[in-house]
Amino acid sequence: MAKQQLFSIWFAIGLLLDVYGFMILGTGIYGYFNPPENPVVLNELHAGIWWGVLLLAMGAFYTFRFRPKKS
Amino acid sequence: MIGHLALCAAANLGASGSLLKMSTIDVLIIVVYFLLVIGIGVMLKKHTKTGEDFFMAGREMTAWVAGLSFVAANLGSLELMGWAAASYQYGILATHWYWIGAIPAMLFLAVVMMPFYYISKTHSVPGYLQLRYGEGARSVSAVSFGLMTVFMSGVNMYSMALVMKVVLGWDIHFSIWVSSLTVAVYVMLGGLLSAIFNEVLQFVLIWLGALLIPIVGLVEAGGWSGLVARIHQNFPGGDYTHLWRTMGSFSDNPMGINWIGIVFGLGAIISMGYWTTDFLVVQRVMTAKDLRSAKLAPIIGAAFKMCVPFIVILPGLLGLGVLPFKLVGEAEAIATGGHSYNEVLPLMLARYCGPGLLGLGITALIAGFMSGMAGNVSAFATVWTYDIYRPLAKRKSDAHYVKVGRWTTLLGVLVSIGTAYLVMQFQSIMDYVQALFSFFIAPLFGTVILGMLWKRATPAGGFWGLLAGTLSSIGMWAYIKFVDASFLAYMAFSPSAHGKMQDWMALKASAPAGTSIPTAPISDMAENMYRALWCWVICVAVTVVVSLLTKPKPDKELTGLVYGQTEIPSEGHFPFYKRSIFWAGVVAVIFVILNVIFW
Repeated sequence: MAKQQLFSIWFAIGLLLDVYGFMILGTGIYGYFNPPENPVVLNELHAGIWWGVLLLAMGAFYTFRFRPKKS
Repeated sequence: MIGHLALCAAANLGASGSLLKMSTIDVLIIVVYFLLVIGIGVMLKKHTKTGEDFFMAGREMTAWVAGLSFVAANLGSLELMGWAAASYQYGILATHWYWIGAIPAMLFLAVVMMPFYYISKTHSVPGYLQLRYGEGARSVSAVSFGLMTVFMSGVNMYSMALVMKVVLGWDIHFSIWVSSLTVAVYVMLGGLLSAIFNEVLQFVLIWLGALLIPIVGLVEAGGWSGLVARIHQNFPGGDYTHLWRTMGSFSDNPMGINWIGIVFGLGAIISMGYWTTDFLVVQRVMTAKDLRSAKLAPIIGAAFKMCVPFIVILPGLLGLGVLPFKLVGEAEAIATGGHSYNEVLPLMLARYCGPGLLGLGITALIAGFMSGMAGNVSAFATVWTYDIYRPLAKRKSDAHYVKVGRWTTLLGVLVSIGTAYLVMQFQSIMDYVQALFSFFIAPLFGTVILGMLWKRATPAGGFWGLLAGTLSSIGMWAYIKFVDASFLAYMAFSPSAHGKMQDWMALKASAPAGTSIPTAPISDMAENMYRALWCWVICVAVTVVVSLLTKPKPDKELTGLVYGQTEIPSEGHFPFYKRSIFWAGVVAVIFVILNVIFW
């Protein structure tokens, strides 16, 4: 019996990074327009925004590069 | 061995309320993570039907997946928090456990030992000992490894729950049951395949969750030179940024250890033992799809291991440079209401990470815990089923052993939970379990390496050498712990420190309970290094002597197991830059350069 094709773990990682990137970028943008009462150190760098963009970009790359292919 | 500091750190964390406050988005990020790891287990269940699938992930892993899993199984959250705390306390010296205490051993595994593990097609390290030496050596190592793995898993589980209580204010029972049952579910469903896939995922999360601290921290400190200047300003007279300069003698550095202990005890014995014979990590690279991948996997692992100080040691150093208050020892922190060294990583997380990023950082800690625990239970299930159960219940079907493996996974998790509750009642057990685990690492390395490189080593030699090494390690530990701690001075080739050790013991004995006393002139850490060195020497000596007095195995029975009796197959025809030896050389050169830069 032929073994079923395994899915790629990199594809799953890509999906997770997409979801996390979306959530963190969204939170970062919200924080940009609604500054917190007790900001973290170097809040002016808006790390959430560029970290969210980085996660989204990495997630998009892995999701596309390792997407399941039709056999 | 490596987690010792971390365990002590977690055990000592004070219950001073939670350090971090999470928002809804942070909780959501953690929930998404739990759903995904369970989902991976469910999806992989249909791929794990045979014993090879369940226990060896079908031996189909690429070098990258096996290599990242190899290093992730070791990168627990207590490792992250414990070594960040150690770097605040001792400075960059903690990096030795990531560089000389790992890289040479990983490269040695890849270049020298991996071909034998791979060609023999063994399913475990005790399995290799059975092929090479017979049932005696296999039984000793399988039983000790099985027991110690679940005990260590429980100790780590308790420590992690304690960390979650202090850092997040989570109920200790909630942390223990939710995290461990999640691990049990996905490992039971998908076996080693599921554990490995999740470890790769967890490795990526650990990096993405922790990487922001050193990046933003270095921006705040003004780069590396700015950080060094700030540390000098905050701690004048202390040397926190040099790796080797203060290693001349025990008294020159706050770790209470010298270069002989680090190079020969840690680098040559303990790390070799851990990275090349501890089945918890070696199992990962045994799953590689071919010999080239099996050799490349530890090299990829070594390259990433070399980078881990960036997310573990650097946050501790940044704590020294940028925190507006000083962290202190646990007893002082409890007495004064301040923060202890052990809290440096959560403090840095709270300093730089707002909503969302905080959730990602905490997910990294949880992922670290789960990857370490999954490593323990999957290795335990394999050793129990193949090396303890199967010799007693022979000629059963493959499906039967898979079933036993699945239930053993659950059993391993439940015993771990039981150990966690036991430790909760009697915390001193933690020291003993940690010590017990360390008894087996160094002698096992002596037995395996002689078995691979010396064809004259006999079954009797292997068995008695392993037993003598283990018993001598226990003996040395017990003598120093219960009879005469100053004996350590002789064990550490430093008879001149004997008087200082006796003075310290007298001070310790006369100090009223609860008062803090200076650390010992030769530290516990140094004791571990030298004990490992001595018990390895004893194991090798006994193996050699007994082997020379007993009858060796015929050459034909050693084929595929011993150097000189085994034709190592070619990795294939590849250009030099795709060969494992080339990349091992690259990692070795970078390793040397890093040590010179931070000398």
